[in-house]
Amino acid sequence: MKIAIVDYKGGNVQSVLFALERLGVQATLTADHDVLRRADKVLFPGEGEAASAMRELRAQGLHELLPTLTQPFLGICLGMQLLGRHTEEGGGTDMLGILPFDVVRFTAAGPEHKIPHMGWNNLQQLRSPLFEGLQADDFVYFVHSYYAPVGDYTIAEAEYPAPFSAAVQHNNFYAVQFHTEKSGPVGTRILENFLKL
Amino acid sequence: MLTKRIIPCLDIKDGRTVKGVQFEGLRDAGDPVALAARYAREGADELVFLDITATNQKRATLIALVREVARELDIPFTVGGGIGSVADVEALLLNGADKVSINSAALARPELINELAARFGSQCIVVAADARYHAADGWQVYTRAGTNNTGRDAVDWCREAADRGAGEILLTSMSNDGTKDGFALDITGAVSLAVPIPVIASGGAGSKQDFTNVFQLARADAGLAASIFHFGEIGIRELKEHLRQDGIPVRL
Repeated sequence: MKIAIVDYKGGNVQSVLFALERLGVQATLTADHDVLRRADKVLFPGEGEAASAMRELRAQGLHELLPTLTQPFLGICLGMQLLGRHTEEGGGTDMLGILPFDVVRFTAAGPEHKIPHMGWNNLQQLRSPLFEGLQADDFVYFVHSYYAPVGDYTIAEAEYPAPFSAAVQHNNFYAVQFHTEKSGPVGTRILENFLKL
Repeated sequence: MLTKRIIPCLDIKDGRTVKGVQFEGLRDAGDPVALAARYAREGADELVFLDITATNQKRATLIALVREVARELDIPFTVGGGIGSVADVEALLLNGADKVSINSAALARPELINELAARFGSQCIVVAADARYHAADGWQVYTRAGTNNTGRDAVDWCREAADRGAGEILLTSMSNDGTKDGFALDITGAVSLAVPIPVIASGGAGSKQDFTNVFQLARADAGLAASIFHFGEIGIRELKEHLRQDGIPVRL
């Protein structure tokens, strides 16, 4: 199985490479369009800031390639948000538009709700083979200040304090807001499930 | 619901854990990777590695260790200790650290926080503040492993760090550290109310009730401790069970 990780200087890819390595899978970090097109699975991790990520994706023509991919695709953290249409981050940034959501910033709901939303939160309303074998209220690790609202595309929710999209899907495009590679055995199971899609 | 985090801290010197560790079933208690994996299995939510190496070999040894930890560990970890530049941070993050913690360098040149946040994102920049209580001046921030009083007020400094783009504050009370009399609830509560970002409380943990108090009375988002975990005085699972009984959300 050929696994490609999209290389756009998008943050902590080493952790994703190591997580796959723990599953006995070697992945290729690449921005090469042909390699990405021919891969059996594509992972799209990301951290940091959306506007600079979009600049890098555009510079490499990936903003045109990624929406045309047809194999199972997994966005992680910023890699999920970038699949939406638009984000409030950086004074407003247009994104890939693969999924029909607009990313907004958490608003502080008092001293109990710090921003970023950082730490382990439980998943609810699981509705995807991506979560096979998980139990209701399993915990995963989040770090983010912006979020995608709940919509028809939502396949898992979490609350902070209102419900938001913890995971989304449209056709072959799956994405999670949390860090599968840093979410202990639960995250490992989700990665395994993705590799089986 | 977002849970409160329990964070064991490992002191690292020349690539080895230094405090005497008394754990059954660990062949090499000085091996940070084995200890980290053990804590992760017991339910630690994150780990902090504090490098106290003073030699010139420091950076290469630390990067090799970070890489090895990242290869094995499936929970987040922060690396701190003598980090002073954008290049230092980049090397640690590229090798798999999830966050870095900066302390003296940020107080010497606060713009470093802005530069790091702009370059890598706030989510991976932890500002560590070591504070000591003075009857006359209140809580003052210290640098250089607690040897130098900057004269900065702890709440003011933490607020500035957050304004400059820190993603989290690691607040250590030097007045409580090592006492096992509990966390410094007053300064932890004051900082937690003053900043919009998460606050990790550190220094003074001696009992399970100390963690309940720092979460319930001082609004900490996470509690960090070293020796009580290393010496097996409190198990992470039993601590979390205690917290749950007290109505505090934890990951179990």
